[in-house]
Amino acid sequence: MSNIGSYEEKVKNFNWGISEAELGYKAGDNINIGYFCSDRICELGKGDKLALIWQGHAGEVKKYTFNQMRVLTNTIALYLKNLGIEAGDRVCLFLDKVPELYFGFLGILKMGGISQPLFSAFGAESLFTRLEDAETKAIITQKKHIGKIRKILADLPNLQHIIVVDDDGSKPLREKEIAFHMEKEEAVENFEVYASTAETPSVLHYTSGTTGQPKGAQHVHYSLISQYITAKYVLDITEDDIYWCTADPGWVTGTSYGIIGPWSNGVTQCVLDAGFKADSWYKFMEDHDVTIWYSAPTAIRSLMKEGVETVKKYNLSKLRHLCSVGEPLNAEAVIWSEEAFGMPFYDTFWQTETGSMMICNYPGMKVKPGSMGKPFPGIDATVLDLKTHEPLTSKGTVGLIAIKPGWPSMFRTYWNNKTVYDSKFINGWYVCGDRASIDEDDYFWFVGRDDDVINTGGHLVGPFEIESALLEHESVAESAVVGKPDPVNMEVVKAFIALKPGYEASEELELKIMNFIRKKLSPLAMPQEVEFIDKLPKTRSGKIMRRMLRAKEWGEEIGDTSTLEDDE
Amino acid sequence: MSDVKEVVLEYVQEEYLEEDDDIEVTYDTPLISGGIVDSFSMVSLKRFLETRYKIQIPDAKATPEAFDTVENIMVLLKEFGVE
Repeated sequence: MSNIGSYEEKVKNFNWGISEAELGYKAGDNINIGYFCSDRICELGKGDKLALIWQGHAGEVKKYTFNQMRVLTNTIALYLKNLGIEAGDRVCLFLDKVPELYFGFLGILKMGGISQPLFSAFGAESLFTRLEDAETKAIITQKKHIGKIRKILADLPNLQHIIVVDDDGSKPLREKEIAFHMEKEEAVENFEVYASTAETPSVLHYTSGTTGQPKGAQHVHYSLISQYITAKYVLDITEDDIYWCTADPGWVTGTSYGIIGPWSNGVTQCVLDAGFKADSWYKFMEDHDVTIWYSAPTAIRSLMKEGVETVKKYNLSKLRHLCSVGEPLNAEAVIWSEEAFGMPFYDTFWQTETGSMMICNYPGMKVKPGSMGKPFPGIDATVLDLKTHEPLTSKGTVGLIAIKPGWPSMFRTYWNNKTVYDSKFINGWYVCGDRASIDEDDYFWFVGRDDDVINTGGHLVGPFEIESALLEHESVAESAVVGKPDPVNMEVVKAFIALKPGYEASEELELKIMNFIRKKLSPLAMPQEVEFIDKLPKTRSGKIMRRMLRAKEWGEEIGDTSTLEDDE
Repeated sequence: MSDVKEVVLEYVQEEYLEEDDDIEVTYDTPLISGGIVDSFSMVSLKRFLETRYKIQIPDAKATPEAFDTVENIMVLLKEFGVE
């Protein structure tokens, strides 16, 4: 019997108080995510239970119990406090998926800081944008990433501490850089966890939009109430499970369901700090008896390419539940997973802004391949008319996915950008920015983004950020960036570029521009194709008509061209 | 020693390692499974090989396995007459 039992019954009888009661929380109490993920589990008598099984790319394995995690997170918390980091200060984690990333996240929360995890593949400019906006005070990183920080340090007056977790003394550290070895520091057995309350800021996750630079979605400690219960009901986590979330904690999945959800449920989880390789992934699951696996459509489609034969080489008999996140999981992938693993991947829909799962498929509920599923109990979700923003009543009509505000993990603001935050709420609904329809059985079906944001490999990238960076290349006069279809990543970035006089289109220049963006921003933002054109399509007022370029890539109708500058 | 092998190794070292990165990349270093070149960056590596050696590598052959080491890349390039 699954944790959720009957979905229909749960929907009728659910309220967030159920999650609060299970966690022993009541309104007005102090609530600290770091405490709930470590200390509380130890207080429940599970201190000797394994919390983390970590494996590096060379196969080295490290294991930590909940009590060891409790002590190490205390150690980090005290270290930060002694450095002068105060409650409310932003502390960035710029690390590969090493134990210090996971324990650092909780340590920051335990001392009242705001945890700001960032994807370690970000280039210097992407890093700068996010650190500057958040006025980040400290960054925890590794030697291999220091170079990027050094490039931007002079322009970040708020950044006081660069904490290097793997310094070996082979090269001298520079200004503001300090070495910190988590397991060599004097262990801190007792630490007074910061007395955060429900609305105390906890986590800052940057996410891209159509216009402007990425924005920091700010969450609070009360988000735990959503993350705990959604992990329990959707991932179906129980005491005896071994759980693997493949997401990097630089993204919200890797914190909500790679740290907070699973550990507040007291489950053992595995982390593989290595690049993608089908055989490695299956061996990892076989070696560690993984029972629940939360992954992403891009990875699943890459696994599909390797075929069922590869799966069958490994004993994955312990696997009992599979979930997916990041972009809609195509029906073909759901059907393939039934053949490959004997069960479907259950798709889940949610966002950086929502902090936890919103519309999902549940154990025991019929999966319709390709469907997002149904709203989580306690979540009031609908689709709104594109023009009136009223809930649509006719089934099958495409509208804007919208959620009634007020669930525990709803983001509380965009950092320094209340105006844009307020614009996300229309007619009493939080509007996600995606389109979908609802069928006769109340299943949601994803259609696409309602804006120009590109979803590549399950991650959102904003065209503005990439176009701005492209303009910094010496050869680029103008650019427009759209998503183009990709069988594995759903979409990849394509750039249309008009060159400056004196520059000629060539394959070599295309490669130079690709690498320029890859290093400046990130591999995700890198255009996988560059098309050189004489002129970008613009309106008479000079606005680039990205939708026309996008429509051509997707084989769609170009639509109204009456405002086009040169209507040919 | 093959010039091509050296060229590919140098390109990987220049393009995919940070200035302060201590990692020693050799012909056998796992690039993809070792996290040095992720799946998105692999596209630029594929494009480099195609541009440099005037070949077209079909997507079906551009697998993480085929790109995982410089040695593996050489095996792939051999299929296109590049050695």
